[in-house]
Amino acid sequence: MEVIVILIGASLLVAIGFLIAFIWSVKSGQYQDTYTPSVRILLDENKEEQNQTNNSKK
Amino acid sequence: MNSVTKNTQLICYHCGQDCPDDSIHLEDKYFCCNGCKTVFEILNQNQLCNYYNFGSNPGISPSTVIDKKYDYLDERDVIEKLVDFKDDKFTSLTFYIPQMHCSSCIWLLENLYKLNSAVVQSKVNFVRKELSVRFLHEKLSLKELVKLLASIGYEPQISLDSVEQKKEQHPNRHLYYKVGIAGFCFGNIMLFSFPEYFSIDITETFLKKFFSYLNLILALPVFFYSASDYFISAFKGLRKKVVNIDVPISLGILVLFIRSAYEILFNVGAGYFDSMAGLVFFLLIGKILQEKTYDALNFERDYKAYFPLSVTIKQNEVEKSIPVSKLMIGNRILIRKNEIIPADSILINGDGIIDYSFVTGESHPVSKVSGEMIYAGGRQLGGAIELEVIKEVSQSYLTRLWNNDTFNNIGESYFTRFSNTVSKYFTIIVLLLAIASGAYWLTVDLKTAVHVFTSVLIVACPCALALSTPFTLGNAMRILGRNKFYLKNSSVIEEMAKINEIVFDKTGTITESGKADIIFNGKVLTPFEQKLVKSLVRNSTHPLSKKIYDSISGEEIFPVTNFQEITGKGISGIVYGNLLKLGSSSFAGVENNEDETLQTKIYLSINEQVVGKFIVSNSYRDGIEDVIKNLSKHYHLSLLSGDNEGEKSTLEKFFGEKSNLNFRQSPEDKLIYIKEQQSKGKKVLMLGDGLNDAGALSKSDVGIAVTDDISNFSPACDAILHGSELKKLPKFLEYAKDGVKIIYASFVISFLYNLIGLSFAVEAKLSPILAAILMPVSSISVVVFATVMTNIFGKKRGLTWK
Repeated sequence: MEVIVILIGASLLVAIGFLIAFIWSVKSGQYQDTYTPSVRILLDENKEEQNQTNNSKK
Repeated sequence: MNSVTKNTQLICYHCGQDCPDDSIHLEDKYFCCNGCKTVFEILNQNQLCNYYNFGSNPGISPSTVIDKKYDYLDERDVIEKLVDFKDDKFTSLTFYIPQMHCSSCIWLLENLYKLNSAVVQSKVNFVRKELSVRFLHEKLSLKELVKLLASIGYEPQISLDSVEQKKEQHPNRHLYYKVGIAGFCFGNIMLFSFPEYFSIDITETFLKKFFSYLNLILALPVFFYSASDYFISAFKGLRKKVVNIDVPISLGILVLFIRSAYEILFNVGAGYFDSMAGLVFFLLIGKILQEKTYDALNFERDYKAYFPLSVTIKQNEVEKSIPVSKLMIGNRILIRKNEIIPADSILINGDGIIDYSFVTGESHPVSKVSGEMIYAGGRQLGGAIELEVIKEVSQSYLTRLWNNDTFNNIGESYFTRFSNTVSKYFTIIVLLLAIASGAYWLTVDLKTAVHVFTSVLIVACPCALALSTPFTLGNAMRILGRNKFYLKNSSVIEEMAKINEIVFDKTGTITESGKADIIFNGKVLTPFEQKLVKSLVRNSTHPLSKKIYDSISGEEIFPVTNFQEITGKGISGIVYGNLLKLGSSSFAGVENNEDETLQTKIYLSINEQVVGKFIVSNSYRDGIEDVIKNLSKHYHLSLLSGDNEGEKSTLEKFFGEKSNLNFRQSPEDKLIYIKEQQSKGKKVLMLGDGLNDAGALSKSDVGIAVTDDISNFSPACDAILHGSELKKLPKFLEYAKDGVKIIYASFVISFLYNLIGLSFAVEAKLSPILAAILMPVSSISVVVFATVMTNIFGKKRGLTWK
């Protein structure tokens, strides 16, 4: 049964990893603005070519 | 008529406003003004026309940029105050840009580097309407950067306020850490408590100890870090001799921790660490909900946010831009069109047309001639004027109001909150119960007595009680926010439910700012005569002329000769061979037999013959009559207007006989009126919009600023209401009462849970698993009840949203 100590140690390490990830995410300001990134991801960097094809279709 | 309909179809490609005609265009794209066209050209040259693909007509018509306007941004100490960070290569700073409104704005502002290569990075926080920029300061000065932003329509708002106090950057970051850590510990402690829950017989004492000690270690950060706010708040409350809701909570957490630690260290039990961590975790979630604020709105603004940062002074015939704070008595200042006068001064040169509506509540601009005194806060509507400062900025008529005591005692309302009143009795009863049951069991044995004493304190911990208020009010606040009624914090709802007196301001609050109805009184004008008048007023920049111009339909304009404008009197000119005079009674040649000041009247004479007068009256907000009639059934109403009695009869019809109507009220008068009502024991709700209401707004129990553009300046207040939603005010007030009723109901539910728990506790039957079930169940059911009920009542009151 002593093996359970190692398993629990491992599970705690994984959990602590997630906790650190959470703290890092707060620290890097990810909870400061929860709206803008949702828009930003939809704004393509290079949309010109697509637009030209769209316009020519019209 | 045909031409009018044709015109409305022409929409500016850039900003989406109606184009006055089709003269400004580029290929097939039409623009409403040259500014919009310029922006389009800039974007086109830099291949940034993607801007127009993310939203339809997203642009903002840029205001005309005056070259010297930003000269103060070259001053070293101004730069230092604005900049967040600076090293030898880069400068970073954050601008507040209230104009941003759509995804196109985000895209353009984040692509600033394409417009100027010296910009290294630009990042938008849309909710706060902020833009953080990092740029090479050797290639681009701050002034040039601001000019660049202004040229594409995004002029940053830089006020005295933003320089003097930097906003606190990350106020609730610690709360997130605390929740994260509490959640992490809560989950793991529950996991390690499973053998205990299922009464799995762990024969090996080593494993049993291992789990217990792990729980103890995990409980330490929860107790010492995550729960620390509750201990601090309880301690602060007790020092002020107030038993707030955090006192019984802290007591519960403290007893939970000590008892569990004792059980584990002395090997007598498994402890209640799972309940403790869960309790703290749920409480902190409630706290996050309660601390929700509207980041983009500022409820603490004072005159400093309204005043400009810089002013142009004239020294030895040289124009120079200096920060307002350095302005001294005797300085000659230059105020251009649409600029705000920063200090009380005397007009030296030029024609002043001052709009005081925001400062004094006077609805119409006032004409001033040289030698007259002009108070700070007015906005010049005519051309450039020159003034001599006679009082320092902090000593002027308007800013003196802020030295009043009202502005120094904020935050006392916290202790009057309902949950704190309840918690006082609650704590006393629980303590008495714990001592009584402990004393009863003392007759059996000491161990059971201590067990029962602590169990009562643990199970009575008012977790559900503490959660019901933040969840009810937090959710109600969100629903109100969707209806464009933004509260400073959730306790405003509790205050709103107690209101029994409502005080209105007139200008800008129940009337629509900038809008006016114009009626012509006298001989009916022929279409030809109307055209004559329209042609004449076209030559004048006076705001009243513009209003008359807009009120007459038709396109045809005749040439005007001998045009004359006399400030404070009127305008005259010869149109089509007819001499037209438009202005005050004496100017037009009318015997003055009426009280001139009551109403704004503009007399018209054609060929020295008086034909009638234009009467300018305020335009009331849509549905305001119904709102006032509706409210007068339940509340006592008053009106405090800085304006004259011109519209008394109309307002009397609205307000009925029981209400008090007061006119010509100075900012101090308004403040005193609120104080008087409060001393009569009334709970006052004040609605206002301007700086002249600021004192009354902050003195009243609930001060609501009414504004047509929520990102514009509004004075310090408890809530900001969008002008178009004023008609929902009765619903909002009813809903606030519902909210308080929901809190009462949740209190009853949580008391029932407490009774169940207590009945186990006093019989010494409280086991860790029972506590671990009872606490989350009671908390979650109260949270669900509060959330569902606020939504149901919201729908019932018609506070729906898309």
